[in-house]
Amino acid sequence: MEMLRFATAGSVDDGKSTLIGRLLYDTKTIFQDQLDAVERASVQMGSDYTNLALLTDGLRAEREQGITIDVAYRYFSTPKRKFIIADTPGHIQYTRNMVTGASTADLAIVLIDARKGVLEQSRRHAFLASLLRIPHLVLAVNKMDLVDYDEGRFEEVKEEFRAFAMKLDVADLTFIPVSALHGDNVVERSINTPWYDGPSLLHHLEEVHIASDRNLIDPRFPVQYVIRPQSDQFHDYRGYAGTVAGGVMRPGDEVVVLPSGFGSTIKSIETFDGPVDEAFAPMAVTVRLRDEIDISRGDMLCRPHNRPTSSQDIDAMVCWMSGRSPLSTGSRLVVKHTTRTAKVIIKQLAYRLDINTLSRDEDAGTLKLNEIGRVTMRSQVPLFFDEYRRNRSTGSLILIDETTNDTVGAGMILGEAN
Amino acid sequence: MAYDLSHLRQLEAESIHIFREVAAEFERPCLLFSGGKDSIVMLRLAEKAFWPARLPFPVMHVDTGHNFPEVMEFRDRRLDEAGVRLVVASVQKAIDDGRVVEETGPRASRNRLQTRTLLDGIEEHRFDALFGGARRDEEKARAKERVFSFRDEFGQWDPKNQRPELWSLYNGRTRQGEHIRVFPISNWTELDIWQYIRAEDIEIPSVYFSHRREVFERDGMLLSVSPFVTLMNGETPFVETVRYRTVGDMSCTGAVESAAGTIEAIIAEVSASRITERGATRADDRVSEAAMEDRKKEGYF
Repeated sequence: MEMLRFATAGSVDDGKSTLIGRLLYDTKTIFQDQLDAVERASVQMGSDYTNLALLTDGLRAEREQGITIDVAYRYFSTPKRKFIIADTPGHIQYTRNMVTGASTADLAIVLIDARKGVLEQSRRHAFLASLLRIPHLVLAVNKMDLVDYDEGRFEEVKEEFRAFAMKLDVADLTFIPVSALHGDNVVERSINTPWYDGPSLLHHLEEVHIASDRNLIDPRFPVQYVIRPQSDQFHDYRGYAGTVAGGVMRPGDEVVVLPSGFGSTIKSIETFDGPVDEAFAPMAVTVRLRDEIDISRGDMLCRPHNRPTSSQDIDAMVCWMSGRSPLSTGSRLVVKHTTRTAKVIIKQLAYRLDINTLSRDEDAGTLKLNEIGRVTMRSQVPLFFDEYRRNRSTGSLILIDETTNDTVGAGMILGEAN
Repeated sequence: MAYDLSHLRQLEAESIHIFREVAAEFERPCLLFSGGKDSIVMLRLAEKAFWPARLPFPVMHVDTGHNFPEVMEFRDRRLDEAGVRLVVASVQKAIDDGRVVEETGPRASRNRLQTRTLLDGIEEHRFDALFGGARRDEEKARAKERVFSFRDEFGQWDPKNQRPELWSLYNGRTRQGEHIRVFPISNWTELDIWQYIRAEDIEIPSVYFSHRREVFERDGMLLSVSPFVTLMNGETPFVETVRYRTVGDMSCTGAVESAAGTIEAIIAEVSASRITERGATRADDRVSEAAMEDRKKEGYF
């Protein structure tokens, strides 16, 4: 069975919770005791209907205030796929949560109220999905029941969104007319939209082709941990453990180790369950080489004629996640990228992006909480990276504030800075 | 398709990555082990992460003293086979030393006493990272917890002040006295665990399979007759064919009526179940809507 991770963004008003509740309910994922608990809580809060949002709002403060604070992860499966939902709140002050939820998603569902059309919030969600390079975007045009399942209205919303999406880099865009409340086109195709000949939302989630989204071209193996058993049985054993970050690796392949530049050949690729003939992302394996070379955590194995960029100067789109202090030129931080950790200095903030209008403010001096901008930084040691658009694993980084140890920024690498 | 990984292999790879990341970045990690199915799967994943080397960290059991004898026998045998060092943090010893006070009455439970015992164990051994087998599908507070979950110097979790966690880049930085709880199987569901146990042919304690047991009914749950619980008025023991969906403290873990005697039968039963495993079998979670969140804030697993 395959696994698909998807992110949903929106607020209660969009019907997001109802949609998720519908998916979980109709796939028989909500358990009776959970439903009982939600019903009890709904009654206690004086609600006239069973508030399915309470299923995902897990923290006391969220239930008390009726808001969603954080990313919640939900799970369901059908005979075809296992699904992991990263359910994120949609308001602008929660941009950092959306970015977090989107970082691992294969697909994003953006909800639009058919009556209201494409709002600022919908544009922001779509932009963040494209910034995080979620390969598949679904626009669920919700509350179709309230516009009498009108095909014309659906087409209008579609055109309106398409015009905006032209400015974005979205590889695969799907429009589905739904009513989360009544279940139209959520699990089953609806008889109320005879003019719609596409799949139901669940059918699309089950069938969308995700196998080719991974990078199988550029072999990248960040060394995570060196395995040296030092036992009688495995006296001279030395293996490089890690998770394949790109490409396909096979025994016999010539490799180059960064940063040393030494070359060797893969002797074997091993796992607890025995050796394997090939390894690809996201397999966690142990690589052994023919030659004794000094290799440690943070090094990277790649191919002699296909190497990542190795540089101390990095140009990236950064989402700032700290409310404590803003990012500005001269900020000193710690970067974590693949298995490397290094100190960095922010050299320049080229511009701050208005995530509602996509306009650039080149005079901006800082990035505050939930703001996104193009940043150049210099790290104390070279990082081995690819463009984020080419490889989400070797193209992503996080920034850590050394004084608080908080994660304060998320970066998507654009390339080497000049 | 040639380059596809099944959901179990993807989950496994993610967990192995997390185990290795912690071993590389922390000085004194430790794996919490109860002898329950989740910790058994965790132990296997840890073995896979470091093979052919042994686990580069010890295993800790927070022992309430109210154990299923079958589980203790299994624990010792399995850990011996893995060649890992066992550290026991004993609730009984904490009571004897006067660090915690035993609850009284027929409903007395040592559940809450585990928190202090656990935190004392962490402090005594100066552990800076603890692997736990919590899953996000178990409970709604857990659904929002990070894989690397920060604990302050009092062992407390602050749900409103969690570090953002992106891609597979984990921030495990701590100061002296603070630690990180690490949950490598966050994204697994109960069914994934059972499917993995089947796929990997992993041995589990016999109490998970259907057996005849002397039980009594309390608060709609079937509790085992044992030296650790006192029967109240009107509670009459009877023999029933049962099994356990979770394995915890004998005094508050309920059995379910079941004839499932094989992993296949258990998977069929779990797939058809309309009640979550904690809802069905854990008195400790029934206290209130936020019982788990409150205990976690104090430092619970």
